[in-house]
Amino acid sequence: MEPTSKNFKSNAAGALTDAQLQRALSNVPRGFVKKRADAAAALPEFEQLRDQGREIKNHTLEHLDLYLEAFEEKVVEAGGYVHWATTAQEACDLVVRLCLDREAQTVTKGKSMISEEIGLNAGLEKMNIEPVETDLGEYIIQLRGETPSHLIAPAVHLTKEQIEADFRRTHTELPEERNLDEPASLVYEARQILRQKYIDADVGITGANFLIAETGTSVIVTNEGNGDLTQTLPKTHIVLASIEKVVPTLEDASTLVRLLARSATGQDISNYTTFSTGPRRRGDPDGPQEYHVVLLDNGRSSMLGTEFQEMLRCIRCGACLNHCPVYQAVGGHAYGWVYSGPMGSVLTPNLIGVNEAGHLPNASTFCGRCEEVCPMRIPLPKMMRHWREREFEKHLTPFAARRGLGVWAWFAMRPKFYQRVTRWAARILKWRAGRSGRLANVPLAGGWVKYRDLPAPQGKTFQQMWKERDNV
Amino acid sequence: MSDNATRREQILGRIRTSLNVDADSMERLELVADRLEDHKRNIVPDRASGTVAQNVKQFCERMEAVNGTVEHVKTPSEIPGAIANYLRLHNLPQKIRRGSDPALEKLPWGKARSLEVAVGAARKTDEVSVSRAFAAVAESGTLVMTSGSDNPTSLNFLPENHIVVVEAGRVAGSYEDAWDVVRAVYGDGEMPRTVNLISGPSRTGDIEQKIELGAHGPRRLHVIVLNRPSSAK
Amino acid sequence: MNDKKIKVGLFVTCLVDIFRPSVGFAAVKLLEEAGCVVEVPDMQTCCGQPAYNSGDRKTSKEIAERTIRTFEPYEYVVAPSGSCAGMLKKHYPKLFGEGTGVQSRAIALADKTYELVSFLTDVLQVKGVDAQFGRCVTYHDSCSGLRELKVHKQPRQLLSSVAGLELREMSDANVCCGFGGTFCVKYPDISNDMLTKKMSNIEASGADVLLAGDLGCLMNMAGKLKRSGSKIEVRHVAEVLAGETLLPPIGEGES
Repeated sequence: MEPTSKNFKSNAAGALTDAQLQRALSNVPRGFVKKRADAAAALPEFEQLRDQGREIKNHTLEHLDLYLEAFEEKVVEAGGYVHWATTAQEACDLVVRLCLDREAQTVTKGKSMISEEIGLNAGLEKMNIEPVETDLGEYIIQLRGETPSHLIAPAVHLTKEQIEADFRRTHTELPEERNLDEPASLVYEARQILRQKYIDADVGITGANFLIAETGTSVIVTNEGNGDLTQTLPKTHIVLASIEKVVPTLEDASTLVRLLARSATGQDISNYTTFSTGPRRRGDPDGPQEYHVVLLDNGRSSMLGTEFQEMLRCIRCGACLNHCPVYQAVGGHAYGWVYSGPMGSVLTPNLIGVNEAGHLPNASTFCGRCEEVCPMRIPLPKMMRHWREREFEKHLTPFAARRGLGVWAWFAMRPKFYQRVTRWAARILKWRAGRSGRLANVPLAGGWVKYRDLPAPQGKTFQQMWKERDNV
Repeated sequence: MSDNATRREQILGRIRTSLNVDADSMERLELVADRLEDHKRNIVPDRASGTVAQNVKQFCERMEAVNGTVEHVKTPSEIPGAIANYLRLHNLPQKIRRGSDPALEKLPWGKARSLEVAVGAARKTDEVSVSRAFAAVAESGTLVMTSGSDNPTSLNFLPENHIVVVEAGRVAGSYEDAWDVVRAVYGDGEMPRTVNLISGPSRTGDIEQKIELGAHGPRRLHVIVLNRPSSAK
Repeated sequence: MNDKKIKVGLFVTCLVDIFRPSVGFAAVKLLEEAGCVVEVPDMQTCCGQPAYNSGDRKTSKEIAERTIRTFEPYEYVVAPSGSCAGMLKKHYPKLFGEGTGVQSRAIALADKTYELVSFLTDVLQVKGVDAQFGRCVTYHDSCSGLRELKVHKQPRQLLSSVAGLELREMSDANVCCGFGGTFCVKYPDISNDMLTKKMSNIEASGADVLLAGDLGCLMNMAGKLKRSGSKIEVRHVAEVLAGETLLPPIGEGES
């Protein structure tokens, strides 16, 4: 996927004036935020679990090489294959090759952000293999030729009227008189169409929420059951996972499972949490005959040992998106690549470069709500600030901002001059505002006065008045 | 494209360089081996530490809270009749498919005369499946299903209606309790091909965040708890 | 309070210094009434947040070192702002190398720095104030104070002791107003969207006065409310707690 993160500002401006999108986004705070808060409040151990989740991931990341080796050994022992991919392109080529070798025509897919990251659908289509997204939200956006705008609710930016129109356009056998006014009828329609796809598919591709080193198991979490039909019915099951998904044991995975759904949707656990180990066993009447795991690095190994290592704790619950006022304002697509919201603002520059994604870590007020709800306690604002520091060092910060900062810093370091300038500013702004108490126009403050007035100063600085008081 | 072994070494090498560690540090190797072998429990929520009777009660309440339905029977011989009743109640055909689980094989299916019972993996046309749970978890109202000829995985997902029999004594408190049972049966570090944790019927909130049941998997999930009077403590 | 008076260095903050000295005097009054001796070191300027949040670590460190030096003589350092107090308390120590001398001085400063209202309640154990304000107010929780310093109950507790005052909570009081320092001028469109949502929550509360503990957020919200012709008055919470409400509200002239 070609990133457009450079155009964040214009992407955002477009999103803000898109009435449909704004209507769809208005559901986000009402739904997810309250559900998460209720779920967290209902489990007395929730905060302790967050601490422990952080510890589990920290420990794993410090020993990532060994846990990956242990995982691989168990997968092979269970009769599966492990494929290693250093780049997105390698991973895409690998999966396409696996599908071609199996003469696959139709491939069903469970939800996978790695699939988005490696541009798999385009890769498959190029070789005339039909990828079918089966997560309802993913299916809808695939029909629209879009990418997901949210980690767990990929079609959160759409209204039901838009979805009805998409179904009527693409489901050619859908009778015109069929009523599709309600979400229920839309869900039923998609269910019918996808049922046949599951059965026809030659290969099923899923992501992985966790990989378990102890047993060589991949874990997927869904509410719809689409991932299970995707991986149970076709002959071949391919798991796409990035290297940081591994955790040591079933116990560790269980702790993270407790955190994941509560943070994502406010459920105690998602409807289906599925542990898959190798291909079908002797005597099994169903299940895939082949089981492959593709382990993707794509820049993650070089995040280890840096100030961004902690980002690799992320379990993709989407809580930071749901709680982010910037995400709520512009939606996921404005971020211009696969990952959005606060986690995207930190991860994306790591994966596609800060030259491309430099806007993202800047587009935050540092309000800190993301860190407050992150189940893995990832210090997202701190890491966005680290990106700003790198940009500043690399002189990627815009010239005007740099210069303004330089002038301000010069004064801030020299209190005598500083006090003179602040006195002057307080007086002149007060004078310009006159009796109104505010200014609608201020030179060099175009961003401010575009939407709001500048309250006028009271006329003297505090320091000035304090000295006057002392002298009385 | 380079071969798999080369890419593997590249990635593992990069990880070690970034972490500034040696591939053969005994200390790290031992630490990891111990952690995998010990598979120690982390914090387990207090609500998972009840008696069997409390676990069963909590399991049923939480299952119902996520739109599953629950009924209790006292003897295995009541199960075929309970299934037939359930099908009647929901206007479903008297036709089920089940796996070859011995506990299901032994049931007096003849008692529900109208009921047609097929065995094996699910087919597209099946409307109702019957499985036996390996275990259940009270803390979240979760069924633990293991794959095999006994209980094919496709039965859990393909038909629109899924009926699951669980013995009260198999309702554990926590996921960790359930893993202990899995290890006891399959061995340490071993798993059946598939373990499904199922908590309620299939659902989606993908359209305007409105929850709808039966997205891809079963629209209805009905649990029959076999609660022999002697098994409840 | 015991007889020995507590010596507090007031960190005025640059916005209060330039735009609204009355907030500084309200803070002094509250602190003095609670038994403190307040001094205002002349050498203070800004806490350095603009540089820090723009990624200019070098300048941030220079400014931080100045501030640390300036406030070393005081028992406590108090700022009428959660954001600036948070900078001193939570961020200064992280600017310097582990175990360095300057870091230990930064930690010493952090340990004695407080946001005004929480200093009154949590350190000085003030239970109520002697003020009167017969208005219906709503309170916005500024992000840094709320999340970095856990300031939430404290202002509400003291406001409940103000005679005649009625507090009406707005929805999403804990959601950012869109200020974010330089954010509001770098991304004005997004900032405005956040601000517009905040404004409708303020208006829906039915209150006729908006209070908060940070002048940046207050100027942002007042600027928008006044631009749109709203009658809602905007004040810093310290002004109301100190009973200093004679001067015009933020963004309004003498009528």
